[in-house]
Amino acid sequence: MSSAAGTSPHPQTAVNQPAAAKRGIPERYRLFLYALPFLVLVFVFSYLPLYGWIYSLYNYRPGFKLSDTPFVGLQWFRSIFANPTQTQEVLRVMKNTVAMSALGILTSVLPVAFAILLSEIRSMRFKKTVQILTTLPNFISWVLVYAIAFMMFNVDNGLINRLLIELGIQDRGYNYLANDSHTWLAMILWATWKGLGWGAIMYIAAITGIDQEQYDAAKVDGAGRFRQMWNITVPGIMPTYFVLLLLSIANFINNGMEQYFVFQNPINKDHIEVLDLYVYNTGMLGTNFSFATAVSMLKSIISIGLLFFANRLSKWVRGESII
Amino acid sequence: MKIRSSTGDKVFHTFNYLFFAIFTLLCLFPFYYLFINTISSNDLSSRGLVMWYPKEIHFNNYLQVLKLKGLSQAALVSVGRTVIGTVATVAGSAFLGYIFSKRKMWARTFWYRFIMITMYFNAGIIPWYVIMLKLHMTNNFLAYILPMIVSPFYVILVKTFVESLPEVLQESAEMDGAGTMTLFFRIILPLIMPIAATIAIFAAVTQWNSFIDTVFLMTNQKYYTLQFVLYKYLNESNSLAAIIRSSGGSANVDLSKMQTATSIRTTVSMIVVIPILFVYPFFQRFFVKGIMIGAVKG
Repeated sequence: MSSAAGTSPHPQTAVNQPAAAKRGIPERYRLFLYALPFLVLVFVFSYLPLYGWIYSLYNYRPGFKLSDTPFVGLQWFRSIFANPTQTQEVLRVMKNTVAMSALGILTSVLPVAFAILLSEIRSMRFKKTVQILTTLPNFISWVLVYAIAFMMFNVDNGLINRLLIELGIQDRGYNYLANDSHTWLAMILWATWKGLGWGAIMYIAAITGIDQEQYDAAKVDGAGRFRQMWNITVPGIMPTYFVLLLLSIANFINNGMEQYFVFQNPINKDHIEVLDLYVYNTGMLGTNFSFATAVSMLKSIISIGLLFFANRLSKWVRGESII
Repeated sequence: MKIRSSTGDKVFHTFNYLFFAIFTLLCLFPFYYLFINTISSNDLSSRGLVMWYPKEIHFNNYLQVLKLKGLSQAALVSVGRTVIGTVATVAGSAFLGYIFSKRKMWARTFWYRFIMITMYFNAGIIPWYVIMLKLHMTNNFLAYILPMIVSPFYVILVKTFVESLPEVLQESAEMDGAGTMTLFFRIILPLIMPIAATIAIFAAVTQWNSFIDTVFLMTNQKYYTLQFVLYKYLNESNSLAAIIRSSGGSANVDLSKMQTATSIRTTVSMIVVIPILFVYPFFQRFFVKGIMIGAVKG
């Protein structure tokens, strides 16, 4: 890059910019104009919805005009804290959200372990095969994961039920899907099945990047296999792990709704409803559109707080921001 | 000492191999299980009797299922959004990533943050839905494409990649009078192909797998995707039974080939999986090369 180019608005020398000189619009604005259509798209689909927040101040019903519905001020926000039924509902949903995210963070060490153990496999062909096949579940949709769960666990002809009956462990089909006894565990297990192999890829790449000489030196010093893993491999992938951990903190309450949406049924609803799913169920399917908007607003505000927190943490520990 | 460590080694390696063998099998078996159920006698599969290997093999299901009402339309929508959406996303992120690599751009840092922040922050699903409604994005194919054109993560990838290229390339072309667009198409685009390929596969898989946008935005069957139809088939056994009755035909008395809830569910699942099976191994190759360059500053 030439020395004049920086964030400073110094006019460039004519030699460098024949095209700009021809048109008359300074290059810095011309570049902005190129980006403008895309910025408009981002504005329309990501920022314009902020306007929808005003629905939380009304008693809005879809199909009516906003001006025809009563303005209620902060009533819906107050009711989250003042109306016992709604407080309880929101607390239940928050508990599910926090539980799923916390379990997600706890299990985030599994891909690390997976990568370290895989790096100990000597047969290249075995390693490659494992790596390719275990990432397959990551590329299928949650609907398909549910289809698999359905084929494996449904009460009529699911494989697991057939198997357990044949082995004499169960005497009849058991409905594993419409069941609320271990919903959180089931969700994290499916998420692990889907994401483990894929999650390990980053770490596998990080391990490949570790200087082989470190291992040789450690061997000379008499360090055993586990010692080498602990003292060389683990520190080697820590930076990668830390970045990903920060991102999951920033996204702590954004755990999406697709997985929970496809797995939900009337029986496991109490434990599967995370924030977004709850907002969908009450706002889109139920009648309480404005209340749902208020809840999802609070969620957005909390998530921006978490983002700043994670960013701070990142600057403090790594000296670099995440956004 | 030496002997101890080598038996320890052996035990470790045995368990290590065993663990990976079992987990790999766990990842693979469900797909195998779905597949053998689609090609076995429909009568047996509906009773859960096809467990480890196919029985009375036939391939009728794949032909029959595509004839089901709405399914070929859903396949068309899925393919359409995948192809068009992928091209749009790759073009959008490649161009925007390139523009953002230009330090001369007006208020570059601000606009870059303007885009990046949308990775972590959104207004919430209900306000988003209301705006989509107002923009006439419900029951509109464009709703599958337009919001996907700018994806912050891909923009980062391209920007970082372009910044890693030698500056001399662009400078010498500029000397020769090449404008921003010429530079992009002649110099940058050919060079960023590895990262563009990564993004293409990523975007294609995302589009193919998208589901929740249909749930929110589409009420007209015309815009249903395969994922959505599969979800419906899994949950609505009543409507599925109606479809089976209407497709059954009068002459079809062969129980092993007559469509059942199970045969339709497994076959549609396989149709949804097959394209992924073909595409994803390529991803592995590009991914490590492409992402590792870009992910340094994520």
